[in-house]
Amino acid sequence: MTESVGAIASEGKPRPRKGEPEGGQTRRRSQEGLLEGIRKAGVTAMFFAQLLAACVPALSKPRLIIAQIYNAGARSLIIIMLSGLFTGMVLGLQGYDLLHRFGSEAALGTAVALSLLKELGPVLTALLFAGRAGTALTSEIGLMRATDQLTAMEVMAVDPLRYVAAPRFLGGLIAMPLLTAIFIVIGLFGAQLVGVQMMGVDRGIFWSQMQSAVALKDVTEGIVKSLVFGAVLSLIAVNEGYHTDPTAEGVGRATTRTVVASSVLTLLLDYVLTAVFL
Amino acid sequence: MRANRSLEIGTGLFVLFGLAALLFLTTQLPSSGFKFSFRQTPGYTVTAEFGNIGQLKVGAPVSMAGVRIGDVTKIGFDSNSQRAEVWLRIYQRFNQIPEDSFASIDTEGLLGGQYISISPGGLPTYLKNGSQIQETQSALVLENLINKFFANYANKSGSASQGGSKEPKK
Repeated sequence: MTESVGAIASEGKPRPRKGEPEGGQTRRRSQEGLLEGIRKAGVTAMFFAQLLAACVPALSKPRLIIAQIYNAGARSLIIIMLSGLFTGMVLGLQGYDLLHRFGSEAALGTAVALSLLKELGPVLTALLFAGRAGTALTSEIGLMRATDQLTAMEVMAVDPLRYVAAPRFLGGLIAMPLLTAIFIVIGLFGAQLVGVQMMGVDRGIFWSQMQSAVALKDVTEGIVKSLVFGAVLSLIAVNEGYHTDPTAEGVGRATTRTVVASSVLTLLLDYVLTAVFL
Repeated sequence: MRANRSLEIGTGLFVLFGLAALLFLTTQLPSSGFKFSFRQTPGYTVTAEFGNIGQLKVGAPVSMAGVRIGDVTKIGFDSNSQRAEVWLRIYQRFNQIPEDSFASIDTEGLLGGQYISISPGGLPTYLKNGSQIQETQSALVLENLINKFFANYANKSGSASQGGSKEPKK
């Protein structure tokens, strides 16, 4: 503890020690990096609080929110449905192959439904959402920042948080569970297509085994996960765009950061949420 | 205005689609909740009573010689005979099943679901809508089987070696 305090105190007057002038510099740089990281976390947290506060008055402008649900949700529909279909189909194929070895193809419906509901549905939808909608949000808001549109709004006493950021956040929050549900349902029918039509598992067994094994709790788990992902990913996307460097390069970097942070946080939070639910 | 309109229609479609998917997940998947029935192949309904149906579920197949000929549409309890009553819908094209056929509940594979297997009898009269299968065999409950096995085993070892039960007390 005292050592690190000494290190910070000595930073004011650089005292190059013989033999390792490089080491001191790298250490100072890494300390600055750490401080910058902490500052970023603080900025994000404060922004989140402001954003939540702005969400309440933003509700009085439902048209803005509807436009964002369209942007984040309806426009992601095709990619979500295609991905859901093929995820379900490959689950059907792999599940059949695996279960066939134990002679228990009857459990195919259960296996597919549970893995889609609890893991693959929420997580894959979130990852696709980050790539499809999150990047669009960041670059849109980032470009507004870079072209001083947000500043202009502030000058005109129009709160950009309320009219730009909050509707986009709410739109993402609403769109995510709906997208996830669509993904899962399409995936189930994709699995049925492969398992029942192609591999010859009995249709009645496929569905009745699934229905007897899935509890409402499993459905809730998926929906809660998707709600959390929706909130976190929308927050990241809006935050990165809002605080971007107002340059072309800055917008590009912010967009990249959105995808990276969203993907990593999705997988990390997924573990935490699963641990909470089990 | 026109662009606005199509945007609203697109959003509406998306939201309705999403809510329908949510509804499907919450009502159709869990064992609780009501079920919409899927499209039904035309058929006739017969009943059968079992002493124990084990894990048999609505929707389970009814098969004869391994070929699917129908499915279980309803499971109830007959309080007169104190037995489980199972409604079977047999597809219309299988209309020549002898009336004295035998219905048993079998398991598909080791972990598989249970289904009803029908072995044909010899009568020249056939099952028709509303008739009941008289000869039935209950589901094999694995736990009972194991219990029986161990009970037998314990009895045998108890009677074979006379002081067998006293041995642990030493």
